[in-house]
Formats: sequence, structure tokens, C-alpha cells
Amino acid sequence: MILRLAPADVGLSAPAPPRSLEALTLARLADVLRAERTRRRGLPPPGGGARLDPMDAPAPPDLPAPLADFFARRHWVLHPHQREMLARADAPSLLLIAPTGGGKTLAGFLPTLTELAESGHEGLHTLYVSPLKALANDIKRNLRTPIEEANLPIRVEDRTGDTSQTVRKRQRADPPHILLTTPESLALMISYPDAHRTFAGLKRIVVDEIHALAENKRGDQLMLALSRLQTIAPGLRRVGLSATVDDPGVIAHYLARHPDPCPILHADPGPAPDIDILPTTEAPPWAGSGGRYAIPDVLREIARHTTTLVFHNTRAQAEIFFHNLWLANEDDLPIGIHHGALSKEARQRVEAAMVRGELKAIVATGSLDLGIDWGDVDLVIQIGAPKKVKNLVQRIGRANHRYNAPSKARLVPANRFEVVECVAALQAVREGDLDGDLRLDGPRDVLCQHIAIVACAGDFEADTLFAEVRSVGPFAALSRAAFEECLDFVATGGYALRAYDRYQRLKERAPGLWGLRDPRAARQIRMNIGTIIDTDNLKVRMKGRGGMPLGEIEEGFANTLSAGDTFLMGGQVVRFETMREMIVEVSPRPEKEPRIATYIGYKWTTSVQLAERIQRILHEGDYSAFPAHTRDWLDLQRRDSRMPEPGRLLIETFPRDGRHHVCLYGFAGRNAHQTLALLITKGMEEAGLEPLSFVCSDYAALISGLRPVPDVARFMHHEGVRDALESWLRGNAVMKRTFRNAAIVAGLIDRNFPGKRSSGKQATFSSDILYDTLHRYDPEHLMLKITEEEAMRGHIDFGRVELLLETVGDRIDQIDLDRVTPLAAPLFLERGIVPIKGRAESRLIEEEAARLLAEAGLAPD
Amino acid sequence: MGNGHTFTFAGERLIARPSGALHWPAARLLVVSDLHLGKSERIARHGGALLPPYEVVDTLTRLEADIHETDPAAVISLGDSFDDMAAADGLAPAFRDWLDRLVAGRDWTWVTGNHDPGPTGLGGHAAEGVACGPMTFRHIATDDGTFEVSGHYHPKASLRIRGRAISRPCFLRDDRRLILPAYGTYTGGLRSRDRALAALMDKGARAILAGLPMVEIPMPR
Repeated sequence: MILRLAPADVGLSAPAPPRSLEALTLARLADVLRAERTRRRGLPPPGGGARLDPMDAPAPPDLPAPLADFFARRHWVLHPHQREMLARADAPSLLLIAPTGGGKTLAGFLPTLTELAESGHEGLHTLYVSPLKALANDIKRNLRTPIEEANLPIRVEDRTGDTSQTVRKRQRADPPHILLTTPESLALMISYPDAHRTFAGLKRIVVDEIHALAENKRGDQLMLALSRLQTIAPGLRRVGLSATVDDPGVIAHYLARHPDPCPILHADPGPAPDIDILPTTEAPPWAGSGGRYAIPDVLREIARHTTTLVFHNTRAQAEIFFHNLWLANEDDLPIGIHHGALSKEARQRVEAAMVRGELKAIVATGSLDLGIDWGDVDLVIQIGAPKKVKNLVQRIGRANHRYNAPSKARLVPANRFEVVECVAALQAVREGDLDGDLRLDGPRDVLCQHIAIVACAGDFEADTLFAEVRSVGPFAALSRAAFEECLDFVATGGYALRAYDRYQRLKERAPGLWGLRDPRAARQIRMNIGTIIDTDNLKVRMKGRGGMPLGEIEEGFANTLSAGDTFLMGGQVVRFETMREMIVEVSPRPEKEPRIATYIGYKWTTSVQLAERIQRILHEGDYSAFPAHTRDWLDLQRRDSRMPEPGRLLIETFPRDGRHHVCLYGFAGRNAHQTLALLITKGMEEAGLEPLSFVCSDYAALISGLRPVPDVARFMHHEGVRDALESWLRGNAVMKRTFRNAAIVAGLIDRNFPGKRSSGKQATFSSDILYDTLHRYDPEHLMLKITEEEAMRGHIDFGRVELLLETVGDRIDQIDLDRVTPLAAPLFLERGIVPIKGRAESRLIEEEAARLLAEAGLAPD
Repeated sequence: MGNGHTFTFAGERLIARPSGALHWPAARLLVVSDLHLGKSERIARHGGALLPPYEVVDTLTRLEADIHETDPAAVISLGDSFDDMAAADGLAPAFRDWLDRLVAGRDWTWVTGNHDPGPTGLGGHAAEGVACGPMTFRHIATDDGTFEVSGHYHPKASLRIRGRAISRPCFLRDDRRLILPAYGTYTGGLRSRDRALAALMDKGARAILAGLPMVEIPMPR
């Protein structure tokens, strides 16, 4: 298989050289293999069975004269997939698979431009939805060139969280021809009673980066909104634009109005990308996450290229790296930093400088991760292992948009284990083995929010809404009873104790006709639209009147700060001064070494596929692809312990920092390891072995406690894993986190209140209290069911644990060591430590309290 | 430790209970603050979220357990017993009866708070404050309070173990003042490091974390 990476810029290119016969054959082969894999997984076949052959496609209509002239002046010709999109402009749904920047945005808009150039359409014609605000900006800029130069009578505007109230209001009354927006902003728009008018003439919707949206609840929310739009504008045609994915059929099923077919078009694959590990003068450390050792090498590459993007997996890492990069930047190369925790102003400054071509490099995280089109980027550097192969491909796609030149990317593994991970990811990219993490059934917390949104727009028939919801791919199998439960939850809270008859949110006005009891509730509902759950963040700003806003930090991190502590924010070291209401005030403190900020960017996890590949590579023992330092390191693992092998389970135990650790190498994915760790720690707690916490990666689980654990295997009985775990799970932090997210999305907990005064946190209380209360008094409540559904879907991979335990049987190798091993070391950097409430925690709390009292010179009373 | 943390305040031996209640054995007095009964009902009435309507039953269950274990002759509910006056009036008859049973045979004082400034129409009597021995009990701490026991702030404090913060409602105390945590099930907390609390408490102030295990630490600032 070859990777489908193609040339780009806005999607227009100089005349393309003919595709070689060989490339065509390989591309076909890849499709066949992909379809076969899909079939074997029992998923719907790509495109509902309709694979498009260009020969079958109707001939594309001629471009309208002004557009055709514009293309001719520029000596541009359309890519084949762009012509085909034009030819199939009437299809109710169409999915285009093209590499990042492969001209797919233009392909999506060509039918719109053509239709608008030819007819004098009044009002909104095309809605463009993307996961990122920045993308909407970008597309607006890029559409301007053809529209202005071809002199087309088309108005394009964007509408995101950054759009002012006045403009939003005007846009609803007088929408542009093309509106660029995000799923959340669209959900907000359909919540207004005038949505019928705004969207009545809508013809097309373009969903960009649909592969990314389909991975999470944002996509589910978007598809529910589309079902509404389809009712308002029955002739609405849908176009999905996706990067190269493993299972296009799943995305097509997701996009199309169920049960419409959704043909899939594949864009021309480009040249194979040029990806490799960046050679460095120093060897990476055993355990480390920042890539600091590679700074001289990264600076050298930045100097040698026109524009470099330096990607990190977390915001904290990006901050620290940027800080150190500056310290070492003797040539004063212009370098900027960009991530989602920075203030809007700070982000816009960097984006503007980038567009003007003033920056040699940007250090960034996920906030820049999707599809941003900056033509001059000729190198992507990825610091830390790309946790999912797909992310790697996306990031590479950002580089080098010149036609027919391979995209260039260099990986900087942050530690030696990541060297192994990078080698595996490279292998996967070369083989076109793209991992995916698609959800097939729609989550009901999103449905609850959708019902409330629909109610904001006016009274609705339950029957009609149910039919609409069932036309959404992910909700196609929803039962009426499951729908009614959600409706009841939104209307009354859905409690066994019917306490809110007087205060119901929705009233049944006539049989089957529902509406808001109090129309003023709409404001509250609108303020809480969205499915992205941030950790509670506090704003950070400079001390003093009108102090400059710098960005946000996690509340949990803010709670650990004392006056005088320093941390990194926007690349500068700042000193914590005070917390005023819900704002953290800081002062600049350039001379001090910072403490590390723990706020994070997107939480990448490695895919299970990548984990399995790593296990194979480790076991097969051909280490020739690794640099010498990593080979030595792996040899050390062999000498001191052993290498994990398929069919067996390696367990290492060792002391470190006054704790005893158990490391299990399951290579079964984070979720399965989490369940395994829950099972083992349950046994440990019962046996008085005082477990404290555990943390899991996709390769292994690391359990830490106060006592050594001989014979770990005795806690791993696979019979009855489910039964034994259920009560234990209930009280667990993992479930409480899941509950919190679901409760916020479903609207049980409001994130924002109208006119809320932020006077500390007295008014709000922990969602854990609601979770415990429901369990005690209303265990059948919908929110607990949704929590369980979510847990079964995502966090608690029972099936995989059972399979692992069955496969391994008694082939468990426990090795007791006196210190941490090479393979275990990276686990100490893993995020998402799950604490265990038990004897060990109590003991530590008592010890710490005694220590603090003694330190303060206070006698115990 | 299981039944509370014993300490001396105003020369008297007091016990901070894991539930957030304060017990003064010599006076046979039990003090609870900020029950916020009817909070979920009030939120719903104001068009907010429809929270699980079980916080009254949960709060009363815990209060009953504390009364059962300490058998007090007098009880002080230190203000904000109800989330607002309408919540007091609207209390379901079953809960009203339940409260009446708890009040019966005890010297029960409902101290008025900012949420429930008037009489509640329940058994016992209402007052703005109570003086008992060397101590004064009122809802909100005063600037020059001496041997003053109050509530209102819902203080909470956190303790860092292994890089993780454990945050719990807490009692705050120095030589002059004692501030109780909120007892109600649906109550949030205000960090002890908040200016309002930091300004109120003296340098050597301590925080007693409610819940188990109960521990005392220097008040985090």
C-alpha cells in the first residue's frame, strides 16, 4: 500500500503530470485491501456499496465563464477529484477522501461557486463546518482570491465563538451566501426560533475534517444539527471532506442521511512523504518528555528551512520547549508559540505574523493541528512520539504544499521508548496502516442536549424529532424507549422521585407536542451548548488594574500554587501573586527557573494498533532500524529483565522513591490496562497490600503502593472479571470523571450561568456529590446508565481484558527487581494517574498532616 | 480518630466530627452550619438545572446519625439552614415531620443566616446568635469576634500528597475564631486561601479536614 499524500496549496496547482500507471494500480490495491478489512470487521461497506469509478461519473459541467477565465489566467487546471466533485454536485451525500491540503477544500466549494456564479441565489446557500475556528478564518482568506479575481457576486462570512453579538444577530437576519462555522456555533444557530428563516434556502453543507469530528461527540452533535437542517431545507446536499482514513465506509455512514447512500471519492495520492527520525548529537534520555536534548539540532533545522512547525503533544511541553529554545536561540531566529491555553489576542498575533511570513518557526500543540493552510511550511518537526499514526500523517500533510515534492517531517523521540514508538509509527505510515478510533453508536448525553436545543427554537412533535434523530447515522439504531428516556430527562430531570412537576423544563402542551415551560430557560440552555469538556480552568493575567490577559491554567494546578511560585505562560516565566475571585494574578519574573505548568493540550493516546506493532517489533528482535543508543537500551532490558512477548504476560516489580511498583506489559490499550489495574488493585486492597494509585499507557499498567506484591497473578482471575469489578468501579475516580462529562453535556450540570458573579466557588459543588447521591437514591437514573454506556464504550475494555487473560492463561512471568527497568521508566511520565481511596491514602494523609504541623511549629492538639 | 478530632477552643474541649458537625460534650451541644435544605428545589424554581432531588433526605439522614451518636441536649443550626425562605416554607410534609422529630425534646436554635433571614415556622426557636459559656455562635464571623463560632464561608482546604491535591471541607480555627464547614449535601466550598478567609484568620490558624481520615494541618494560605 502506498500513502495517499498529495500536493496542495489552496487546492489549485500548476498542470499536473500524468499519473503513472503504477501509482494507479497501487492506489487501487490499497482500496481493495481497505474494503476487505472493513468487510471483515462487519462494518458497512464503503459508500453503502457504491465505489465510484471515474468512468461512470457524468461528465462535469463546464465551469461558469468568470471562473474558467480566472483559472485560465492563472494557468491552473482542476485535479481529477475536483472535476468529479463538480460532476456529482447533485448527489445527496458525497464523501471526499483526500490528504491534508490535497485541494479538497476547493473541491468542496467548487459546486457552490459554480451554482452561485450562475444563479442569483438569495440568502444562505452553503454552510461550511470545521472543527477549528482558525480553519474558518483560513478558508475565508483562501476563498477570497477566486471570488474577487473572478468577480463573483458571493458574500462569505465566518461565525465562530469569536464573532461579536451584533454580527451574529445580523447574520441570522441577513445571512451571507457562504457561512463558515463550527459545530457549536451551528448548534447555537439552530436553537433560535428564526432558524427556519435563516436556513430555508440552504443548498449545500460542507463538513471539513469530518474524520476528526467523527471521533468524538462534536461530530455527533453536528450530525444531529444536520438532521434539523435537512427538515428545514429538504433539498440540502452534504459533502464530507476527510483526510486519509482506515475506514472511509464508517465516515460515509456517519455523514449521510440514514439510509441514503454516500458515494466515496478518492483524491490522487501524492508522492510518499519524507519522514524520518531527526539525528541528534545527544542521545535521548531514558525517561523524559520534553525533547530538550534535541534543541541545538532543532534550531539547526529551523535555520535551514523556510518555515518550520514544531509540534508537541501537550501545552506544558510546548511552553517548556519554547522557553529553552529561546535561551539557546543565539541567532535570534523569529520563533512564535501557539496553543489553546493562550489568550485569543496572543494566538491572533502569532497567526498574523505567520501569514505575513515573519516567522521562521512556530512551536505549537493541537490548537494548530487540523488543516491550517500556510503555504510556506516546508518542515514539520514532531517532538515526542506521535501517539496516533493518523496525527502523524496530518501533521506531515501540513508541510510542503508544493506539487509533487514529498512532504518533509522529522521526529524527535523524547525518550528511548519513544524511539521504538517512532520507528513503529514510521513503519505504519509507510505501510498505509492508519489507526482509527471511531464510535458507531451515538451517545445519549449529546441527544439530551440536542433535545433541549430543539426546544429552544420552538415547540416540537416528539414523533417528528424521533424520526429525525433516527436519520442520523450514529443514532440510526436508537430505540423509541431510549429516546423517551432522554426526552423525560430533559423535561423533568427523569427522577424516580417526581419532585419537579412545577418546574419542569419542558411541558407537554398537547399529546406528543413539547415545548419550553419557561421560554427564558432558552438563554441558559444556549449558554451551555457544546460537547467539549474542559477541565476547570482559571484565567491568568498580569497583576494590576487592567492587567494583560495571558491565558488559562487548570484549577487543580492553580490550587497547588503558593505565593512566589513560578510557572511558564506564553513562553515567559511568571510569579504567582494572588487569586482574586476566579482569576490568577501573576507578575513577570524573567530571572527565575520556572516550576512546570501542568495544564495540558489534547490528551493523545496511542492506538491499540500501534501498541501491538511495538510489541511485535520488540519481540522479533530486529533492532537494526534503531539508533545505537536505543539498541543498547533494549539490550539492557534483556539483560536486567526480559522482553515482553506475545502470548505471555511480563510483570516486573521494583521499588522506587520509597514506593513499590508493579508493571504489567499487556500491550492491550490504555482502557484494557485500566480495567486490569482496577482488578489487581482491588485484590491488593483486600489483601492489605496498600495500593496507592495506578497509571496506564497503551503498552502497560503501572501500579504503585506501599508494600511489595509477591505473586501478582493471584489477583488476575478472568472468570467473573465483570461481576467482581462492578461495585468496585462504581466508587472509582474513572467512573466519576465519566459521569461528570456526561452530566455536563446532558445539561444536568450547567457550566455557565447568565449573569453569574464569579465570587469564589461557594455556589458550585463537585459532580462527585451528585454521582454518589444518585447511586444512593436513584440507581436506575438515566445519567448513571449513560455513564455506564460511556464507560463500556470507552474506558472499561472488559472484552479485551478477558481476551488478554484467556490468551495468556498461566503464562505469566513475574520478575522481581531492585530498580526500575528501561521499559518501565517512561510510565513514570504518563498522565492520568488514578488514585485509590484506601488504607494507603489514609496513611499518607496522616503522615503529611503531621509533617506540615511540625514544619509550621504547631503542636498537635 | 474515627469519631472526630478533639481540640481545645476558648478553654473548652470540642470535637470536630467527620460529618462537619461540631460537638461540645461538656455542654451536650451539637452545632451544624449551612444545611442549605431545599437547594435543588430552589435551583429548579429559578429555572436552573433539575438536580437529583435527594439532598434533603441525605442531609437529614446524616444529621439524624450525628444526633443519635452524640445525644445532645441542645442543637444549634448556625444559619443558612434553608437555601431560601421559600425552601423552608415549601419543605415536603414528610421532611417537616422528620425535622420535628429531631427537634422534639431538645433545645434547638435556628440561627438566622443570609439565605434564611426570618423564622422558619419549625419547632425550636430562631435567633440571630447564641451565647453559651465563653463562646458566641453566629452565622457570619465579625471583625472583632472573640471565642466566636460561625459558618457561612463553606471553607475547604487541600492537602498535597504525591503531587496530587486532596480537597475537603474543613473547620478553620485560631485562638479567637472557629469556622465550621457547610454540612448540607449540596454545598460547595471556598478555598481557605481565598482572601476573605485568609484576612479573617490569624497567622497560626489551623484547618481540620472533614471526612476520613480526619487530620489537622496549618491553614493553607
